[in-house]
Amino acid sequence: MKFLFFLLQMDRRIVFVLVALAVVAPLIMPLNLPIVVGDKVRRLYDAIDQLPARSRPVLVSVDYDPSTVPELQPMTLAVLRHCFSKEIPVIVTTMFPTGAGLARDAMETVAKEYPNLSYGTDYAYMGYKPGYSLVILGIGENFQATYPSDGYGTPSSKLPILKNVKNYDDIAIMVDFTASAAYEVWIMFAHQKYGCKVGAGVTAVMASDAYPYLNSGQLEGLLGGLSGAAEYEKLIGAPGTATIGMDAQSIAHILIIVLIILGNVAYFATRRHREPAQTATPQQGGSA
Amino acid sequence: MSLELFGTWLAALLTLCIFSFLYKDNPFYKFAEHLFVGVSAGYWLCYNYWNMVKPNLIDNLEAHNWEYLLPLILSAFMLMRLIPKVGWLSRWAIAFMIGSGAGLMIITYLQSNFLEQIKSTLVSLDPTGLPWYVVLNSFLIFVGVVSGLVYFFFSKAHTGVTGGVARVGVVFLMVCFGASFGYTVMARISLLIGRMYFLLHDWLGLV
Repeated sequence: MKFLFFLLQMDRRIVFVLVALAVVAPLIMPLNLPIVVGDKVRRLYDAIDQLPARSRPVLVSVDYDPSTVPELQPMTLAVLRHCFSKEIPVIVTTMFPTGAGLARDAMETVAKEYPNLSYGTDYAYMGYKPGYSLVILGIGENFQATYPSDGYGTPSSKLPILKNVKNYDDIAIMVDFTASAAYEVWIMFAHQKYGCKVGAGVTAVMASDAYPYLNSGQLEGLLGGLSGAAEYEKLIGAPGTATIGMDAQSIAHILIIVLIILGNVAYFATRRHREPAQTATPQQGGSA
Repeated sequence: MSLELFGTWLAALLTLCIFSFLYKDNPFYKFAEHLFVGVSAGYWLCYNYWNMVKPNLIDNLEAHNWEYLLPLILSAFMLMRLIPKVGWLSRWAIAFMIGSGAGLMIITYLQSNFLEQIKSTLVSLDPTGLPWYVVLNSFLIFVGVVSGLVYFFFSKAHTGVTGGVARVGVVFLMVCFGASFGYTVMARISLLIGRMYFLLHDWLGLV
């Protein structure tokens, strides 16, 4: 009983330390726990994988900022690596001002791994474009009028990759990586209005909101959070930071499940031994 | 010390400053918090000026595209909020934004978020030739949608049959909230992993 009361009044900082240990230990000593690929991730992988080399380009929109890099940058890198490895042309853009550096960094990181591919012919970085829904609509009307120059200032007319890109008809699939409802705007305009295939990579917080679009077929596939990124890394056979983080993720989840169960057991087991007021609000202030 | 190394050390120390809040509020946390707010505001201001205002407005006005005077005037109207006497002018700019935004969104939003979603819930419950799990999935979607909608139907008291169906709707909503909570935990732990990996890999070189 004493232990159960201790659990109810435990300082929350003990939980912080336990979670920190659950995260750090597997990073230092990897457990290599298995990663099971889900259907929603495989669907996006298949949609890209079936594209032939030098086909119509894949449009990648990096619509997030540094606060969600741990979740979204690994999936951006994984999808770019998939496209680069299959020599599928890629056009990278961003609708977020703070995503510009991340988008360029992701593209340049992967480009260095494939020196056989050249900028302008196999991939291009269109930079940040303000206007959001207007930009998405603009691509449907005239890509080069919407993007007169790339992210480095080169006129779009001088980029061979854009020579045959007039609108969404010339885009094989667009994939939006976002921590906001940006993917819904892509679905509304690019998919609903122009019929472009749309895939999404979102933070785990938002993943459950995106499921209805997956069910209705408005999304080709969905990567949700770090696990989505790790699953995609497994599919392309290139483990990255998402795969490294999944051990820590699993251990932390087990810890949180155990804490939730212990907390509930302690709450219900001690209910009769507490005052009525304590029963109503068992944990206040600094307790966990 | 190279610039990159300096950046890593700075980021690591600022991360520790933020983490120190987990123990209790302190000056190091306050410093990092204020620095973040200030740097973010400065970054957004500069980036939006050079990437939005200048190329879309100033460059066009310099090229004598006089139709861009209209957005300039509407922008000036927005700033009129700072002067109470003529603050009402800002409503014109807001009305323009709301009107054009609603006109742009309403049809496609209705199509993608309403009609398409209704269509996707019109599933066949006929088990002929379908695997059992597909039929079960369709049945769950059907029951979940109907009972969820009944729960949000407030023109009739939730008693009798209506109350029973609404309670089933509550169960589905609880499952939905549970899934959202699970994903939220995953997201927060992912961010912690990202920072820890940065400290252990980029800063300390331990992994």
